[in-house]
Amino acid sequence: MNISVPSGILSRRIGRGFKYNSAETRLAWVMVSPWLVGFLIFTAFPMIASLVLSFTEWDILTPPEFVGLENYHKMFFVDKYAMHSLKITVVFSAVSIPLNIVFGLGIAMLLNTNIRGLSTFRTIYYLPAILSGVAVALMWRWIFSTDFGLINAALNVVGIQGPAWLADRTWVIPSFVVMRLWSVGGGMVIYLAGLQSIPTDLYEAAEIDGANWWKRIRHITLPMLSPTIFFQLIIGVIFSMQIFTEAFIMTNGGPANASLFFILYLYRKAFQDFQMGYASALAWLLFVVILAFTLILFRTAKYWVYYEGETEGT
Amino acid sequence: MTGRFFIGLNLRNTIGKLVVYALLGAGSIVILMPFAWMISTSLKDLSHIFRFPPEFIPDPVIWDNYPNALTKLPFDLYLANTLIIVAATLIGELGVSAVVAFAFARLRWRGRDALFIVVLATMMLPRQVTLIPDFLIFRFFGMYDTYWPLVVPSWFGNPFYIFLIRQYFMTISRELDEAALLDGCSKFGVFWRITLPLSVPVLAAVAIFSFQYHWNDFFRPLIFLSDTDKATLALGLRFFQGTYGTEWNSLMAASLVVMLPLIIVFFFAQRIFIQGVVFTGYK
Repeated sequence: MNISVPSGILSRRIGRGFKYNSAETRLAWVMVSPWLVGFLIFTAFPMIASLVLSFTEWDILTPPEFVGLENYHKMFFVDKYAMHSLKITVVFSAVSIPLNIVFGLGIAMLLNTNIRGLSTFRTIYYLPAILSGVAVALMWRWIFSTDFGLINAALNVVGIQGPAWLADRTWVIPSFVVMRLWSVGGGMVIYLAGLQSIPTDLYEAAEIDGANWWKRIRHITLPMLSPTIFFQLIIGVIFSMQIFTEAFIMTNGGPANASLFFILYLYRKAFQDFQMGYASALAWLLFVVILAFTLILFRTAKYWVYYEGETEGT
Repeated sequence: MTGRFFIGLNLRNTIGKLVVYALLGAGSIVILMPFAWMISTSLKDLSHIFRFPPEFIPDPVIWDNYPNALTKLPFDLYLANTLIIVAATLIGELGVSAVVAFAFARLRWRGRDALFIVVLATMMLPRQVTLIPDFLIFRFFGMYDTYWPLVVPSWFGNPFYIFLIRQYFMTISRELDEAALLDGCSKFGVFWRITLPLSVPVLAAVAIFSFQYHWNDFFRPLIFLSDTDKATLALGLRFFQGTYGTEWNSLMAASLVVMLPLIIVFFFAQRIFIQGVVFTGYK
């Protein structure tokens, strides 16, 4: 449990000889019942239902028809867009997540110095993280405009003729990466809080031992922050793999399907083509892929995530 | 504050400080530039937008772009619709999540730890796996193109907020609870009179997160609503893009107006916001 759930998340175990109070138990079940009912109706049942649906062909209007593994066969071997959209979504995440972590950490380290104006900088960097959705997507669409956009105007100043960004098959995914990097402040504030909680005597001791700045980062800062980085990595995978609104508004999958992210494709199959069975199979594929990445990360955790025993926490 | 360390090094030399300021300053410009660009575009005359290189200061300044943008489509109606959804989801998510969190944080009952792990697991679950049946359930009950699918799920609590509030409850001393119990207060009374009033910071953070999420939400309104009169602001912006796709000045004006309430809330409640985020990502 120590690997999968950071220390302090679960409460101390109730001892063996403990007698449960029946009134308290009853109250507890009443209090959790809304969540429990919601979990059954909106999570447990739909998960099973979508698994069942994934073995059918269903257009909503006529009754579903059992087709066995045909949907899965189709998405792996017949439908070239399914694997294509999964691939670009994975590539996007593989580039975007590490960049966000590196920049987030870097800015947090710069802010964690004895400079003035910390809270002003923090406000500025955090601001984009609160905004998302259609308005932001429209803004970026205009920024990336080939002929009249901000980025190409800035590049022009230094004598570079910028690419067509969202209209260019090579540059469209990097454009999305840049856009996501703009909201790097969301992770940054978390790293900053982590940095501020590292006991300074660790650094003092290291300095006395003659450790240079890189050694201090490598042997104190990064190990102490590793649980936070790990958590951000997991959240990053789940969040990034589900990119939809930006793609829907900015490119709608184009040009030539170069930004056909997985959820965008799933949306088309489900809500435009009404292939509910096939779309359910796609949803399960994404779920399994995200789960696999998450489990692999958990597996690697013991090599690099450092938990400080039970000395701190709630 | 003493002893704020840069990777363990107190910056005493001026050159080091200047480098840090220069980097942070440059980064700030990069962050703020898109907003400046948006404001600049929103105040330009349409003929001045399509020029290269672009002019940064609009001349003439067309303030009328704002009223024009907001009346081309019924944004007041979309605002009212959005507020209804935001308010209904906020009350549900906040209230129910707090009640559920209390049972996980403060009551002792068999199965508590096992169920809490389920809460943690659902936090990690990508929503898309449940999306299609979710859609079909609401459609089956005749709730397609109503606000019910957008609101009802939040009235069963939100695992993320349950987790957040529960973690906060765990930090409150139990001594007060015990004193109140000795004075004859019921367990629910403890929740209502002691735990909740002491938890205003986390409840405020959850309220803001919920507001932010549902204000920005596009996916659920997109799949559940079809009547344009029921649209939210996010959907409205998309219609606007569809109809006036090349009028970038109006588009930017409308987008800025939609962003503005969030920016205002952020400036007034920054502390709560950032503490809440830190609490979720770090504890």
